Amino acid sequence: MTSTSTLQAAAGAPAATRYDVQRVRAQFPALAQTIYENKPLVYLDNAATTLKPTPVVDVIAKHYAMEASNIHRGLHYLSERATQAYEGARRRVAGFINAESEAEIIFTSGTTAAINLVALGHEALLRKGDEIVISHMEHHSNIVPWQMLRDRLGVVLKVVPINDDGELILEAYEKMLSPRTRIVSMNYVSNSLGTVNPIKAVVDAARAAGAITLVDAAQAVSTRPVDVQALGCDFLAFSGHKLFGPTGVGVLYGRRERLEAMPPVFGGGDMIANVTFDKTTYNTIPHKFEAGTANIAGVIGLGRAVEYVQALGLGPIAEHEADLLGYATQRLSDVPGVRIIGTAGDKVAIISFIVGDVHAHDVGSILDQDGVAIRAGHHCTQPVMDRFGVPATARASFSIYNTRTDVDALVSAVTKVKDLFG
Amino acid sequence: MSAIDELYQEMIIEHNRNPRNFRTIDDATHTAEGFNPICGDHFHVYLTVDAEGRIEDIAFEGKGCAISKASASMMTQILKGKTETEARELFDQFHKLATGELDPDQQGKDLGKLAVFSGVSKFPARVKCAVLSWHTMSSALDHVKVISTE
Ligand SMILES: Cc1ncc(COP(=O)(O)O)c(C=O)c1O
Repeated sequence: MTSTSTLQAAAGAPAATRYDVQRVRAQFPALAQTIYENKPLVYLDNAATTLKPTPVVDVIAKHYAMEASNIHRGLHYLSERATQAYEGARRRVAGFINAESEAEIIFTSGTTAAINLVALGHEALLRKGDEIVISHMEHHSNIVPWQMLRDRLGVVLKVVPINDDGELILEAYEKMLSPRTRIVSMNYVSNSLGTVNPIKAVVDAARAAGAITLVDAAQAVSTRPVDVQALGCDFLAFSGHKLFGPTGVGVLYGRRERLEAMPPVFGGGDMIANVTFDKTTYNTIPHKFEAGTANIAGVIGLGRAVEYVQALGLGPIAEHEADLLGYATQRLSDVPGVRIIGTAGDKVAIISFIVGDVHAHDVGSILDQDGVAIRAGHHCTQPVMDRFGVPATARASFSIYNTRTDVDALVSAVTKVKDLFG
Repeated sequence: MSAIDELYQEMIIEHNRNPRNFRTIDDATHTAEGFNPICGDHFHVYLTVDAEGRIEDIAFEGKGCAISKASASMMTQILKGKTETEARELFDQFHKLATGELDPDQQGKDLGKLAVFSGVSKFPARVKCAVLSWHTMSSALDHVKVISTE
């Protein structure tokens, strides 16, 4: 068998690895398996969800095995321990995105729930004719909640266009802002194009117009340092499962004044200070927004995942992924018939592509049989597909544990598509 | 033959490239539109059924992957001249073939060339691609205008 390093050397350039990738890979047992007829798993569907490292899996198992109990409620030992672990995760997340206070961190079930929470929380503050601005490259989860508000309240939804490279047209955005703009909600990084938006400029302009800002950072937090105070955004949302953490847990960051001004959306246990049949007073933030028993194990797992990412360092992670992006872009572009959709100047390691006139699902099945896991479809961004005139794309997305060898496997499988379909 | 070669048999590739009856029928007696929201496959199926319930003409149009397009193309070939009842029986058999519940060598002689779709059963995610046009056809016969498979 050829070792990874020989293959990388054969590929021409040394891998620009700033940490020991093989050591990282060893912490993801999923990567050690072979699938179908002895094909090594090449996992390139990281934008959909990342694999989970052993420390994260272990901390979740430990919670369930040894300290399963409810939080904020029990006076007993286990409950106290679980509460500390849960609140410890909140502190860790606050530090991770540089929130001023851990009270600004609300745990949700994911990005989708976080965006919906902001949308519903502002329902009472919006009036007919008020304007909400999103972009053409949003995930459906940052389109549909606003459409639902539009249809209920008669607010106006405005969509910032993108250019042929899949970049936000900033001048068009700036012209779209007006005194009627109440909310600007935009993704930091596009999950289908890989585009990194000039999010600081987006937030600055929105604030100058007096609008509330929400940043969908689902694809950002695993690929670059995110600092909510430096960005100056009011809200920021992300999911645990795209950050090496468990599914079913995510974060809504909200700036203190905004969270205090926002009414709770779900009522129930934990979010109250005092309940009588006449009147209920709400708990303080963040608890006001966390009704009911939370995904305790999930939050603890997310806290551990954040710690894991911090230990590797987002700087080295970004460098590693930039190397893979450059290498994969070049190798794929060399395959006749391959067209890359999303060619922004500033990109993360997400590559959407089409192979001649072969449907993305056929591409996906052929790659899968070679052990290469990618996503094929519209990636919950149908307007992006329409913008580029394709029904679907194949999407390879790279993460901390991928190597140039994985890129080679991808390219070799894509070549088979050409062979089969001629 | 590898699983992938079994899925993409020559005949499927050929029908994908040159789909038969790939057109509209303006005075169709039955039409329906079928979607697969997950992959964006989208077909219209048109039928002209005579007073005796015989399919005089059948055609389709739309966009989809090789499996869904080849399946639609070959469906139109086999159904032309069949009765509504026969069409529904064939759908049932085809569905069983695609999900691996029917062995094309033992049963399902009526399916003829459609046996090339037996490879689909090894790809659970692709079964819905193979049956989309058939679902659309049967909805058209039931006078249901739009269907969506998932
Ligand atoms: C940019 C972006 N926003 C939102 C989401 C939704 O995340 P979740 O499904 O975890 O709520 C995703 C995930 O696909 C995403 O990539």
